[in-house]
Amino acid sequence: MQVIKIKGSDDTPTIILDAENNIMEISGRSLPEDVASFYEPVLEWLDEYAQSPNEKTILDFKLVYFNTASSKLLLDILLKLEDLSDEGNEVLVRWHYPDDDEDMEEAGEEYADIVDVPFEQISYSLD
Amino acid sequence: MAEIVNRHNFLDFVYDFYLKMKSKDVNLVYEGEITHQITKAFTSLTESKMLREEEPNTVQKKVFHVMVECLQNISKHASQPETATDEKEGKGIFMISKGESEYLVTTGNTIPTEKIDGLRYMLENINNLDKEGLKKLYKQQIREGRLSEKGGAGLGFIDIAKKTGRPLEYHFLTVDKDESFFVLTSSISRK
Repeated sequence: MQVIKIKGSDDTPTIILDAENNIMEISGRSLPEDVASFYEPVLEWLDEYAQSPNEKTILDFKLVYFNTASSKLLLDILLKLEDLSDEGNEVLVRWHYPDDDEDMEEAGEEYADIVDVPFEQISYSLD
Repeated sequence: MAEIVNRHNFLDFVYDFYLKMKSKDVNLVYEGEITHQITKAFTSLTESKMLREEEPNTVQKKVFHVMVECLQNISKHASQPETATDEKEGKGIFMISKGESEYLVTTGNTIPTEKIDGLRYMLENINNLDKEGLKKLYKQQIREGRLSEKGGAGLGFIDIAKKTGRPLEYHFLTVDKDESFFVLTSSISRK
């Protein structure tokens, strides 16, 4: 399966989707000019991945900032994982947040409430 | 002669404007089209200023959040002149000021008068909710809301209220029968 590697910038996140090496990661900042078209390849990739998923799927979110337009697309991504989980696959979302960032921690809690997928909250230190 | 008088008037205006900005602790004022590039430029300008002034990390992040949502509100929702093409971004005024205890982010833009009632209803609803209520509304909106053609998720105001923990201050001024001027001020505590 094709690997997606997008290098982050000051308004777009770093994205790695690599089924073979079992690495799925979205990190950095997300406020792209056109959120829908930015995340479209990610959603398409997940659809294709769902055809023959790995034994265990882990998606790491390590965002430091995302705007509300992105939050909607992040939910779309999580809903794809929920589908995967509903079909009986083992899925885990790891939500990493800076230990001094209550808002980012809360954002993770809110997503965990909305989608029915095992969610792990992991704090990290920026120092 | 008339030209000299005009120039004096203009210089007075510039100086007066400068004094007024200083007296209100205004860091940045802009009037015009709000594009993605403008949003990026203003946020990074404000970020580096806050960094230099050693503003706490949490305050920096909240100011950044509020700025982005406010700027995007203008670019997505300001009313357009009829001559505007589809690509035109919304226009408005954007201001950020730093006081002793808080940052104020103010936006102003024209909206069709007919949208006032809906907007007021939405803002009042948000202002009447506590933290838990806002969380609930946010979760409901993110689940049920759809991304508009311009990329708005209908979450901006809720997010600002959630992040600042303060009510949204807003006013509507009459421009004419069809158009009104919408002013929104969000405050972010520096503590």
